[in-house]
Amino acid sequence: MSGDILGAFAGALASGAVRVVDLTHTLSPDFPVIVMPPELGQSAPFRMERISRYDGGGPAWYWNNLSFGEHTGTHFDAPIHWYTGRDLPLNSVDTLPPADMIAPACVIDCSRQASEDADFLLTVADIVKWEEQHGSIPARSWVLLRTDWSKKSAAAYANLHSDGAHTPGPDAEVMRFLVEERGIIGFGTETIGTDAGQAGHFTPPYPAHHYLHGAGRYGLQCLTNLDRLPPTGAMIVAAPLKIQNGSGSPLRVLALVQERSTR
Amino acid sequence: MVLSRARQSYDGVVLAVPVTVPYQRYSIETAHWWMGKALRALADGAGISHRDFDGFSVASFTMGPDVAVALTQHFGLSPRHIDHVPMGGAAGIVSLRRAARAVQAGDADIVACVAADTNQVDTFRKTLANFSRFAQDASYPYGAGGPNASFALIARHYMDRYGATREDFGKLCVAQRDNALKNPNALMKKPLTLEQYMSARPIAEPFHLFDCVMPCAGAEGFLVMREETAVSLGLPFVRLLSAIERHNAFAEDPVQVRGGWVVDRDELYGMAGSTPGDMDFVQTYDDYAVISMMQFEDLGFCAKGEGPDFVRQHTFTVDGSFPHNTSGGQLSAGQAGAAGGHLGLTEAMRQLLGTAEGTQVKDAKLGLVSGFGMINYDRGLASAAAILARAS
Amino acid sequence: MTGPFLKPKRKNPLARTTQPLLPPQARSRKAHGLTLAAATGRFMLQCCGECGRYTYPAREACPNCLSSDLTFRDAPTGGSLLSETRIEVTSDPYFREHMPWRTGLVQLDCGPIVIVHLHGGCGGPGSQLKLSLQLDRAGQAVFFAKPVSETPHMEDDPQWREMTADPKHRRVLITDGRSPLALPMAQALKKAGAARIFVGVADRWKPLDQQALLAAIEGVEFVDLDLTSERSVQELAMDIGAKVEILVNTADHVRPAHLFDAGAANAAREAMDHTVMGLMRLAQAFGPVMRSRGADGAAGAVAWVNVLSVHGLSNVPQFGVHSAAHAACLSLSQWLRTELRPGGVRVINTFTGPLDTEWFQTVPPPKVAPKAVADAVLDGLKRGLEDIYVGDVAKDIEARLFDNPKAVEREAGQ
Ligand SMILES: [Zn+2]
Repeated sequence: MSGDILGAFAGALASGAVRVVDLTHTLSPDFPVIVMPPELGQSAPFRMERISRYDGGGPAWYWNNLSFGEHTGTHFDAPIHWYTGRDLPLNSVDTLPPADMIAPACVIDCSRQASEDADFLLTVADIVKWEEQHGSIPARSWVLLRTDWSKKSAAAYANLHSDGAHTPGPDAEVMRFLVEERGIIGFGTETIGTDAGQAGHFTPPYPAHHYLHGAGRYGLQCLTNLDRLPPTGAMIVAAPLKIQNGSGSPLRVLALVQERSTR
Repeated sequence: MVLSRARQSYDGVVLAVPVTVPYQRYSIETAHWWMGKALRALADGAGISHRDFDGFSVASFTMGPDVAVALTQHFGLSPRHIDHVPMGGAAGIVSLRRAARAVQAGDADIVACVAADTNQVDTFRKTLANFSRFAQDASYPYGAGGPNASFALIARHYMDRYGATREDFGKLCVAQRDNALKNPNALMKKPLTLEQYMSARPIAEPFHLFDCVMPCAGAEGFLVMREETAVSLGLPFVRLLSAIERHNAFAEDPVQVRGGWVVDRDELYGMAGSTPGDMDFVQTYDDYAVISMMQFEDLGFCAKGEGPDFVRQHTFTVDGSFPHNTSGGQLSAGQAGAAGGHLGLTEAMRQLLGTAEGTQVKDAKLGLVSGFGMINYDRGLASAAAILARAS
Repeated sequence: MTGPFLKPKRKNPLARTTQPLLPPQARSRKAHGLTLAAATGRFMLQCCGECGRYTYPAREACPNCLSSDLTFRDAPTGGSLLSETRIEVTSDPYFREHMPWRTGLVQLDCGPIVIVHLHGGCGGPGSQLKLSLQLDRAGQAVFFAKPVSETPHMEDDPQWREMTADPKHRRVLITDGRSPLALPMAQALKKAGAARIFVGVADRWKPLDQQALLAAIEGVEFVDLDLTSERSVQELAMDIGAKVEILVNTADHVRPAHLFDAGAANAAREAMDHTVMGLMRLAQAFGPVMRSRGADGAAGAVAWVNVLSVHGLSNVPQFGVHSAAHAACLSLSQWLRTELRPGGVRVINTFTGPLDTEWFQTVPPPKVAPKAVADAVLDGLKRGLEDIYVGDVAKDIEARLFDNPKAVEREAGQ
């Protein structure tokens, strides 16, 4: 690769050769948040209270106060979020290496299986099958699980029943495999968590959190527009807020996609 | 306990210069304006300066925030006897009694007794709303009907118990209207028939429109002095023969059927050396006809419960069998607030002075004036009466 | 005799909404002894500690013996009518809109003579009557006399309706459909003739246990309402604010936490957000429109009900956060009461002991069934109460607080 890479990149952006896809949901009070058993601490939903809107509180300006939990809306999980990552260096969002904020993505399309079974689990076999088509997952890349779950209405999206949430996710073995065998930088989903709705019953419980953060890797959840990404080749820009000792944060997740026609 | 001795007489106490400042339905002026007019008329009538009044007695509902002493500065008076008598319909006689004792004792020579109230557009409502603590707590919040509602309860009970009818009340109202038509100062100037009375719109059952007085602005006044003072000033006068007052009598009666007159009436007539039958006219406090009826009974013109029958036997007109409220009374002359309690006195003075003109009762020598007032909660608390006589 | 209160016609959108007015409000300080009684539906009069006689109107000394030992004591409610009137003309703007108005003079069985508002079903003088102390639209105590035995449509008497907050033909908002109180409350309101029952539900994406049972009640309509979201509350008020005549705030958030727990501040904040701040958001969104509709026809806005924990009156450590949150709610509701009074809208606080629900599972009985709370609220609306104590625990704490608040504090948690 020669010379002016960023100049060429700017040109590609300007020409439309590189398209920017927004993988982020709008932060709004109505967006479902993770539900924990009620006697446990709860993540605060997104709330916005007006400071002023060209009125007595501020005659010429409009602004708001916000409140929300770190794990609200489309958000980023840092290693410190899970006990397995608690002693790692650089494990919180403020110490996150900036280079890790930009990385390539492999998109595994399981939308058909998820539409048939809300409890669909991604397995190593699915990865093997995907790699047969698209090649081996490169180290330090994101693996994004496409389920089209983001297209569901709020109730179907949360899909809560008396025995808890029923949403797709990875099984324990595939998470161990992706982290240890493939060395991925992180795992992303369209659902409320990186883990499946019933993952509390897995061994270990919540395996995505367990393995990812235990190895200093990251999670992205509540993603959308994964159907607009190619299986390989997209670059993900995911820069969480620099919150001191923060375990995660809502963020704007962007994907850079090179148009096939211009290749 | 030593029992009270006989009341001392009112010998030598006279009243002079009856003053009525013609009433107005509504006034933009204050009570002070009306008092000033009355004081001026008293001074003019006596042919002296108002500074010569060394006694001043005032009654008013609307003089606030002033008290009596403030009014001395307002009007340039310098009295040595001063009185504020906030007793509504009893205020006239109570003022008179106190003034009489003051001039008898030499505490004052000439006491100007004045009652005045204005009636601005919202005066009546404000007066009602702030009338008394008990009224505020326990009667006004119940429909805010004011005295109409309170006296309606008394009237309804009186009708149930003694067989009075609306026609009986109507007869008194119609007779007073007849009298009022002879009084150029009366606010009511149209004749009233019993049919009109009966068919008028209801106000608070059993009261209809013509059972109720019309609040207005106005002032009444008179002078109290010793006989020799009147003679030295060359003023015609009438004599005070006797006077009584009694407050909160018969508190145990569940509903008011009588006033305090009953307690003291023997003394009233005894001091005057007269009997009810000697009276040439009677001025009752007529906020409602039922109260006049009660006064006929309690002042001995008939027995308790015979009021309705008594009304059916007399005409109550100036030239009739029992001249009563000859000026038209408050019902037809108007109720100028606290001045309503002085109205009967000034009219009685004119009758006895022979200056009543159109309403003059022939050969009037002796008259009874009665006062009543202050419906603090469920009943009128203050009652008073006086007997006045022609000078000679 | 009283005719039935029929469903009011739809309002003419071209006509100005009648502005609320209040009956005369001025009272002496002593007279508020009656307010205290009326607020809880009791009938009390001043009674002399020395000679034992009841007295009225409220005063500072016994007219019989001049003792100043005059305390308000429960009194027999019977009396006989001495006289009556029907007022057709008044100088007061509030009563002017309610003419004619029937009042009477009553001799109480215990002695005093009282002027009363007279129910239309009462017979004439000589009739025996049953008296109560009511709070009128100004929130001030007044005597109301009714016939001793039930007459047809007794609760529909227009003067009685001014003293109460009857749900008949009124539209009600139950703020938290997830509360165990929501279902029995909706059922009771329906039975009482409520025209519509809006049931607020937060996080509609979460399952609602009682959805089917609630939906089966005719007139129930689910609405989005999340008391922790200003926007949600505001948006609902924009939709239905002008249609809510009775608001029943069933919101609660019981989470056990010890004061020294690391997470206690979060628990407290969450509880405050759901309860105190929720009430604040509701007040801001629904308060002004309800206040303005206090005289909007015969079934205008009339009541705001808060279901509060009796522990808000005195903290119990087992539910320390809950107690603190409800103490704050109580304070806020007093403020709200003052603000709604100009509209003649009464704020009813329903104090309940521990409910028989999951969050009070470990509390020994007696506990309060949700239906008992609903029944008490309905009773309070129909009788026009201001403070209701539901269940043995709440009644016990009320009585003990009246007796000695320090003892309640010291014994808490023992
Ligand atoms: Zn006593």
